[in-house]
Amino acid sequence: MTNNNRSTTGKNHFTDDTNWQITNAELMESGHMACPGCGASLSMRHVLKVLGPETIVVMPACCWAIIAGGQPTTALSVPLLHTPFAVAAAAASGVRQALTAQKKEHIQILTWAGDGGTFDIGLQGISGAAERHEDMIYICYDNEAYMNTGIQQSSATPHGAWTTTTPGGKDFKYGKKDILAIIKAHNPGYLASATIAYPDDFYAKIEKAKAARGFRFIHLLAACPSGWKIDSQNALEVTRLAVESGVFPLLEMNDEGAIEKTYKPENPISVKEYLATQGRFKKITAEETEIWQNEIS
Amino acid sequence: MEKPAILLGSEAVAHGVKLCRPQVISAYPITPQTHIIETLSEMVDSGELESQYIKVESEMSAIAAVLGSVSAGSRSFTASSSQGLAMMHEILHWFAGARLPLVLVNANRALGAPWNIWSDQSDSFSQRDTGWLQVYCETSQEALDTIIMAYKASEQLMLPIMVMIDGFILSHTMERLMIPTPKMVDDFLPPYKAPYQLDPENPLTFGAGAHPDLFYELKKAYSETMTEALTLIDQCQAEFAQKFNRHYDLVMRCQEGNNDSDTAVICCGAMTGTARVAIERLNENGTPVDLFKLRLLRPFPKNALVAALKNKKRIIVLNRACSYGVGGTLSQEIRTALYDLPDHPIVNDVMISLGGKEVFPETIIKVVNDREQLSATEPNWL
Repeated sequence: MTNNNRSTTGKNHFTDDTNWQITNAELMESGHMACPGCGASLSMRHVLKVLGPETIVVMPACCWAIIAGGQPTTALSVPLLHTPFAVAAAAASGVRQALTAQKKEHIQILTWAGDGGTFDIGLQGISGAAERHEDMIYICYDNEAYMNTGIQQSSATPHGAWTTTTPGGKDFKYGKKDILAIIKAHNPGYLASATIAYPDDFYAKIEKAKAARGFRFIHLLAACPSGWKIDSQNALEVTRLAVESGVFPLLEMNDEGAIEKTYKPENPISVKEYLATQGRFKKITAEETEIWQNEIS
Repeated sequence: MEKPAILLGSEAVAHGVKLCRPQVISAYPITPQTHIIETLSEMVDSGELESQYIKVESEMSAIAAVLGSVSAGSRSFTASSSQGLAMMHEILHWFAGARLPLVLVNANRALGAPWNIWSDQSDSFSQRDTGWLQVYCETSQEALDTIIMAYKASEQLMLPIMVMIDGFILSHTMERLMIPTPKMVDDFLPPYKAPYQLDPENPLTFGAGAHPDLFYELKKAYSETMTEALTLIDQCQAEFAQKFNRHYDLVMRCQEGNNDSDTAVICCGAMTGTARVAIERLNENGTPVDLFKLRLLRPFPKNALVAALKNKKRIIVLNRACSYGVGGTLSQEIRTALYDLPDHPIVNDVMISLGGKEVFPETIIKVVNDREQLSATEPNWL
């Protein structure tokens, strides 16, 4: 890696603001089934640290359906409902309505799905839940392909990326679906993008989502070392470079309903530099890289 | 005291559901089921029924929403039909595997192509192997009563139950029926107390992967529970009869007398009403025929069926669903059940109706009168 010494600039809540603390309490246990360097498992660990034990997790088919463990084991110390692929948001809606009927409104519902279950097969159910303003936090951990089935392209896969169904790189005609714009059109209770590579920003957003009500949506970028063709020890650094290059900006919907950046890299790196860190972008051309750079700039 | 009322079949269903006090209802419209959820919506809106009513965006979400609500420990309800039930298919399997109790009412309707909204049992027969119990109702009174019994059986067994009414023939037809009082139903059906549910006080994981040996054991246990369900449903129907004075069996004999007749007609659902008229006329005109209706398709009441039909020489099965390349789906079920009898009766597989093709008493009379010409091995299309 060439950027090991690059400091994360901008306001850092962990060092600048003593109000920010990470609890030692763990709601995700060791012995889970995630691969080394998995961004999705680290993200879950910290999301649950914020949400606390009064949380029910609903998840569809995704890497996490495996990570959580098979019977009779489980990696979570909060209730977990596994559901079929397309229906996590609908099932979570049912859980929420049952809790309302039982006067247990204080319990948080966390719907936790990958990019396939969110951008593709689950989108209709998410739209329904968002339209009804179902009181839940929906988090999409986006590792930018169907990683659990062995790296197939999803509509969250960036153009140019190799997957097993885009052996020559994803066609540049088809970019990554703008999921925040889609959810924003539903007037959500909270909306943001984040990554655990920026824990201060990440924690602040999960806290805000927890304090808000209605349908709350957070788009997390979560590195997948095997799918991105990177070394597992570099997973966080590569995720950080996605932000530093502007490929994955950290965003939040403000009170006026506009989406704004919550972090601005002081010394942004080029898209080319970001792509060079990953084997999946090996076949991308200079011309395509330039197009991508222009999309961001 | 029960109150008499004149209601559409779909309204009768809604009244039955209301009496069972579901805490959560998920709703998506499809003809000919829509009146059920419309009526329930009015009941919730007026405060007559206290329930969380979720207007989902598809049938797949309708069944998924109640998967969530029942997992969280709330008695729930949903209804569907035809294409909608087919869209639920994946979650129907999941529901049963999760051992969750639910009552779903399906208004039987054909599946396209071509488009057809009329009565046809192909939709629910296609879901035979999902692990759901299936009950077919002849009248709207039977549907109302069955819903009450179904909630009780479902929650005792921790198995989901699908209750069928024929689209239009029952759903859109008015019938005089008796509505039980809330107290009668409350005495019969206690509030649902989930043996396990999503609860942060006792955090459990539901539906995690099971390795092959465990999966096999779970499915074996499921199969055994389905068999035991026959006894429990019998008891449930007996208790209902005692409290409500209306009696239902797994397989019901519809005709007085004629115990010695060689020939029996069997069908399920609302067609039984038409068949009653046809068989009465046949009997009056010197053709002794017995009529049976099959109320339960899953679990299949094999012993009750064999006991009812064992002395017959000919069974004429009237089908409203077809397994293409084999024949009437109900016929296959009946044939299988009778196979162990030393002297198999002839089973005439009659494809009497699909997609709402009208069945008159005369249609059935002609089938029975022409019985010698019916194939005993191939499906008989009219």
